[in-house]
Amino acid sequence: MTNQNESLLQVRDLTTTFHSKGRALRAVDGISFDVRAGEVLGLVGESGSGKSISLRSIIGLARDYGTVEGNVYWKGEDLLTRTDKQLQCVRGSQISMIFQEPMTSLNPLLTVGLQIEENLKAHTDLDRRARKARAIELLDTVGIPSASSRLKDFPHQFSGGMRQRVMIAIALASNPELLLADEPTTALDVTIQDQILQLLLSLAKNLNIAIVLVTHDLGVVAQTCDRVAVMYAGRLVETGSVRDVLKRPQHPYTLGLLKSVPENIPPRTPLYSVPGTPPALDALPKGCAFAPRCYKAEDVCLGSKPLLSQLGDGISSACHFTADIREEVLA
Amino acid sequence: MSSLSYLVSRLLQIIPTFLLVMVVIFLLVRMLPGDPAIAMADAKATEAQLELIRQKLGLNEPLVMQFFYFVKNTLSGDMGTSILLKAPVLDVIIERIPVTAFLTLYAVCLSILIAGPLAFVAALNKNRGLDIAIRSGFQVGLSTPVFYIGLLLLTFLAASLRLFPVGGYGTTFLQHLHHLMLPALTVALYTSAIIMRNLRSAVIEVLDADYVQFARSKGLSRSVILGRHVLRNALISTVTLLGLSIGNLMSGTLVTETVFAVPGLGRLMLEAIFARDYPLIQGLTLTFAVMVSLVFLFTDMVQAWLDPRLRLS
Amino acid sequence: MTQLDTLQATTPQKKKLHPRVKALLRPGFLLGFFILSSSILLAVFPWAFAPYDPNAFDFNAIQKSPSWAHPFGTDNLGRDTLSRVIWAYQVDMQIAFFATFFAMVIGVVVGSLVAYHGGIADVLFGRLVDVTITFPFLVLVIAVVAVLGPGLTNMYVAVTLVQWVYYARLTRAEIMTQMTSDYASAGRVMGYSSTRIIFRHLLPNATTPLITYWMTDMALAILLGSSLGYLGLGAQPPQAEWGVLIAEGRNFITTAWWMSLMPGIAIVVTGLGFSLVGDSLADVLRPRGAS
Repeated sequence: MTNQNESLLQVRDLTTTFHSKGRALRAVDGISFDVRAGEVLGLVGESGSGKSISLRSIIGLARDYGTVEGNVYWKGEDLLTRTDKQLQCVRGSQISMIFQEPMTSLNPLLTVGLQIEENLKAHTDLDRRARKARAIELLDTVGIPSASSRLKDFPHQFSGGMRQRVMIAIALASNPELLLADEPTTALDVTIQDQILQLLLSLAKNLNIAIVLVTHDLGVVAQTCDRVAVMYAGRLVETGSVRDVLKRPQHPYTLGLLKSVPENIPPRTPLYSVPGTPPALDALPKGCAFAPRCYKAEDVCLGSKPLLSQLGDGISSACHFTADIREEVLA
Repeated sequence: MSSLSYLVSRLLQIIPTFLLVMVVIFLLVRMLPGDPAIAMADAKATEAQLELIRQKLGLNEPLVMQFFYFVKNTLSGDMGTSILLKAPVLDVIIERIPVTAFLTLYAVCLSILIAGPLAFVAALNKNRGLDIAIRSGFQVGLSTPVFYIGLLLLTFLAASLRLFPVGGYGTTFLQHLHHLMLPALTVALYTSAIIMRNLRSAVIEVLDADYVQFARSKGLSRSVILGRHVLRNALISTVTLLGLSIGNLMSGTLVTETVFAVPGLGRLMLEAIFARDYPLIQGLTLTFAVMVSLVFLFTDMVQAWLDPRLRLS
Repeated sequence: MTQLDTLQATTPQKKKLHPRVKALLRPGFLLGFFILSSSILLAVFPWAFAPYDPNAFDFNAIQKSPSWAHPFGTDNLGRDTLSRVIWAYQVDMQIAFFATFFAMVIGVVVGSLVAYHGGIADVLFGRLVDVTITFPFLVLVIAVVAVLGPGLTNMYVAVTLVQWVYYARLTRAEIMTQMTSDYASAGRVMGYSSTRIIFRHLLPNATTPLITYWMTDMALAILLGSSLGYLGLGAQPPQAEWGVLIAEGRNFITTAWWMSLMPGIAIVVTGLGFSLVGDSLADVLRPRGAS
């Protein structure tokens, strides 16, 4: 627990606020987490819980839309204090990102080759010929057949899964140490999803890249991640190692999510789903944001927000009744 | 090769539209009360001359045949004789086309130079002071008639400050540029006002597009992102919008030519109308339709050239 | 303290304004509404506002620059420019209405029928649209005016002949999107007549874009009407119409600039009024849930 604890990325009290018609909407509300070298961290939550915004806030893409506060330490240096220009040498070279929609995330007017090479041009000293060779090598690595002949092709000549591979190739071009993956498989067919996940995992392992994988799918987390952070209404409600959290969740929301994963249930039984819907950003309750949907909620939950606190077995949870739930789960 | 076949198929698509255009122009003169031959001839024409015209237009035959003669004559370049200028309509028009074409092209370039950068600035400052100022300016422009813009420019920049000539066209290319500066600016201000709002939203859409966000996450410099990823995509919208507004732009040209006494097709059209010179009116109306069609065609080609998705399908 | 508490408790909560009402309180709409209502007042009661008879010659006051007696100056015949601009409201507001209303009515009827019945009528209509957009709008309008002869009534006919196609195209597009909705199919399953489905169910949902377009079109009609007046093809002198007034002042622009400048400002302001109201109505009438 000493040297291993050395984190690549330390996020502290990250808060992202949007200003709309004179009101401040808090999309991300003081989240903190660490990413260690080579590990895969899953960031889980329903849509609108602030997962994607958190990712974009880390590399300064959310600035245009709102105010980002807190600290994001990358190898000990705070990225949030850097200007957009100073961030350019981190983005794409040390920290890369891939997006959810392969259909719209590649520029339709530029060849795939150019879109890979412009990354190399920005971050490496390779000359034209070396950039082309590297682009072919990258397409090859992500499993695109006859790579050299496809550099001149445009994105619309690739299928959705192939485009996602291209995006991964672009993200990996300059050997990043951290990959931010924003629901990379959500838009794909189920059969392709698994291929892309396997590709990401094997690349991460071979190249020693850490990944923050944003997803709403606990099944994906169980398959791929080392640690997991569960997000609800802009806050982290539970973090810990995947094994522990999935086996012994300490937060009613995680419990609900787990129950809604169809596993070991007889056919034709209705799927469980957490009752209600997440609160809108402009109507966040005063107390615990999950209280209106929580089976355990009592007066204290409506009055005060529970803080994320460290429990035993490496799990942190933000609930007033953690102890009760722990007993329930263990029982 | 594929672009050639694309061009041919587009040209083939135009044919039915053009037949209908000819119908409209044909019916226009047939709507006049009385003998069309009298409308198409000089007021002092003798009965023998009238008979000659009747024969050429097939006026003694059914309407369908008359239309057939009209199309045949037009295709062979015979659009009649201008009453006003006492010369073949085709010659008169061909003589004036370069002026109007020059003015139109000039106005298109100025429109891009005005609306493009301002739409960019407005989009980059969305809902901030500068954006609101630019949009308000164009909203006022949208409510200002072309002839009034022209008259103001003429009064202040040409008549009072003597920066530009008051009218005419000049003989050399540079003189054309100088003489037509104010007319082109007039049309461009009006056209910019029309396309500005859509162009601004198009740029905003591109700036927010996933591929621009992805480009930013790649650590590209701002100039590369704007120049390579945003500009080209925004250019497609500009070309589309300009193509769609070409009718408006030409309407503006017509009025502006009158205000600035530019010897082009628009001014000729008005002269023809006041002289009740129907052969010339017919010929000019057709010419304007041809010019708009050519611009539509050209816009399609440019779009296909800019957008690889259109090129192959 | 207790007094303060009770006071606060009894103070009624500040009422939240309905978002549509709020949209109507924006400065853009208020300004547009003010301009439009004053324009209508000036158009209906010009005699109450105009200080002089718009057609009275005063040879003692020829081409007088703006003064307290003549705020907009006088023209080359000594007529008061302000009074002529005010009387012109009658003509130009009329143009805004007549040059758009009939085109809209025809366009809405044809557009809905074509959209609902489809088939050969729809194909023919598509061709008609192609042809119409192949002509520059103004060229087609003045070509028709050339046949009918100059004047206001002929101008209305000419504009209506061309403009209805644009309304029909818009209506058709709106109805086509509505047709795919569930309630339209439900209506057909229920065996309602086509007239009932079109006019009771489909058309009401197409009104928002139509009204917005109509507002913009009225502004454009004023621009078109004054342009034709300026060119000598619309309203005829000595009738006071803004375009005609500007044309009258054109020859004196260096000596009596106010003759042309003032009517132009009236055009810009009125056009602005229509487009501001149109924009705000677009926001207010937008169906709930759409952003």
